[in-house]
Amino acid sequence: MVFTTYEFLILLVVAAVLYYTLPRSFQWKLLLAASAVFYAYSGLDNLIYLAVTIISVYLATRRMDDLLAEQARGLAADIPGENAKAYRAAIKRRRRRLMVLCLVLNLGILVVIKYTAFAVQGADAVFHVLAKPEDLGFFRFALPLGLSFYTFQSVSYVIDSYRAKKAGYVERNPFKLALFISFFPQMVQGPISRFGDLKQTLFERHAADADAISAGALRVFFGFFKKLVIADRLMPVIRALTAPGDEFAGAYVLLTALVYAVTLYCDFTGGIDVTIGTARIFGVKLAENFDRPFYSKSVAEYWRRWHITMGTWFRDYIFYPLSASKPMIRLIKPARRLLGDHIGKRLPVYIATMVTWFATGLWHGAAWNFIVWGVLNGAVILISQELTPLYGKFRSKLRLGDGKVYGAFEIFRTFWLMSLIRVFDVYADVPRTLRMFGTIFTDFGAGKLIANGIAPLGLSLADIVLAAVSLAAMIIAGAVSRSKPGSFNSVTFRVSLCAVLALAVIVFGKYGLGYDARQFIYNQF
Amino acid sequence: MDKLLVILRNLDAEADFENCVTLIDGGILDSFDIISIIAAIDEEFGITVPAEEIIPENFNSAKALYEMIQRLDEE
Repeated sequence: MVFTTYEFLILLVVAAVLYYTLPRSFQWKLLLAASAVFYAYSGLDNLIYLAVTIISVYLATRRMDDLLAEQARGLAADIPGENAKAYRAAIKRRRRRLMVLCLVLNLGILVVIKYTAFAVQGADAVFHVLAKPEDLGFFRFALPLGLSFYTFQSVSYVIDSYRAKKAGYVERNPFKLALFISFFPQMVQGPISRFGDLKQTLFERHAADADAISAGALRVFFGFFKKLVIADRLMPVIRALTAPGDEFAGAYVLLTALVYAVTLYCDFTGGIDVTIGTARIFGVKLAENFDRPFYSKSVAEYWRRWHITMGTWFRDYIFYPLSASKPMIRLIKPARRLLGDHIGKRLPVYIATMVTWFATGLWHGAAWNFIVWGVLNGAVILISQELTPLYGKFRSKLRLGDGKVYGAFEIFRTFWLMSLIRVFDVYADVPRTLRMFGTIFTDFGAGKLIANGIAPLGLSLADIVLAAVSLAAMIIAGAVSRSKPGSFNSVTFRVSLCAVLALAVIVFGKYGLGYDARQFIYNQF
Repeated sequence: MDKLLVILRNLDAEADFENCVTLIDGGILDSFDIISIIAAIDEEFGITVPAEEIIPENFNSAKALYEMIQRLDEE
């Protein structure tokens, strides 16, 4: 089911009414039922994959928890000194085997479904394994809804269960675990929640609270506004400017990067607003996934403020385990001898950063453009880190200090750096991206851009004005809520705003509710 | 504790490691520093710091770091 459909709104309203009218002991069960309906709507076949994940994660983590309890009983039975260490190590090995088995199964499903065609295509390019190119279709599997997101959420739960020091971390009710993995507002594009953060708010009983419900509803309508009035209105511009033929080169590439930055932001944050708002209507507080990323002063900071839960997932489950692993730590000594003190001690971080960003790119999609995009992000972060002392010198030499002007320059630099890296996502073809990027330097053609006016954009002047006004409204609303936090607290005001936003979506929404041919960009990851 | 303070001062001679309790939250230590500290702990104390211990609570102050080292040593 897609958020921008009448079916989703009906599900939301019916579930919310039942949620607050049925006895509160039924609340989490109702959310599980709503999640099943939401998911089944995208195809019953997909439920099989989800069921395999839930059952395997449940069995593995429950056994891991049992082993921890067994260990506590064993140690209480007074196993002396060295034996206790060996006993703990034996239990740890058994728990690690369970974790590895469960991760291999679930990541295996993700890898096979998402990457088989990409791997076969790569193998074919080198070894010509396919009799004819059409045979590749056999290896393309339909991607179950939210597979990448719920698999990552499950992986974090399995690893955290393994890392638990005492028995009791694991959820022993399989249906509650099923709800954690499949909670419908968040399963298609995150945020990727941790069990420790979500369990209380998800399973506790909630009284109908006008404040939470109105705040949630306002966030949902604001999300629809961002998605349907702004993002979907601007999407045709991206399609027009990236149409085959490389007609729109030079300055148009910069324009494409700019429009795509705004479109992706409104699309993704709009979807997350609907997610967080929907959860809030049920009294469930989800983690925020954005913190004004376009105000970041470095690429590393940008990634701490954009898709936050994905960044922390990669940091906690790939970057640190890899960079702090024994082989990496042991690598430092010889690396210092060979490469010098400065680079030697940083080598684990260099390697872990590049591996993490390679994985991040691959996670976004089975295509070279995503891999190049990921590796570029990693490289820029490392280069920026190394250039930091140079920036400091440059700043003191020009006597720029920490003033607002230099801060604005840093924000401008980061925005454009990220927008240009994102161009790999727009053209979705590495050689073409490089070719188009090159035209910025070889054939800028600012005059052509001005002379053509708005004709190539595929939008009317009214559409452009509407998009600009809507963007301004979005920015002002954000600024007001930050500078005067209580501005949107009145329930009556929120309800009125919901009505205004709903009307705006109905009248100005590019396709209107019910149009489900285009999904949210992040659904495809 | 003295050995740990020497490790920390090697990273940044100017930071007040004895009193600061926001080494991570205040942005004084970054991922490069964290990995350097873990490598130095491995070398000086013979203790491996597992990834699950890399949380702000364990790295925000010298005291928290020292307590983590002692705990890992006992385990």
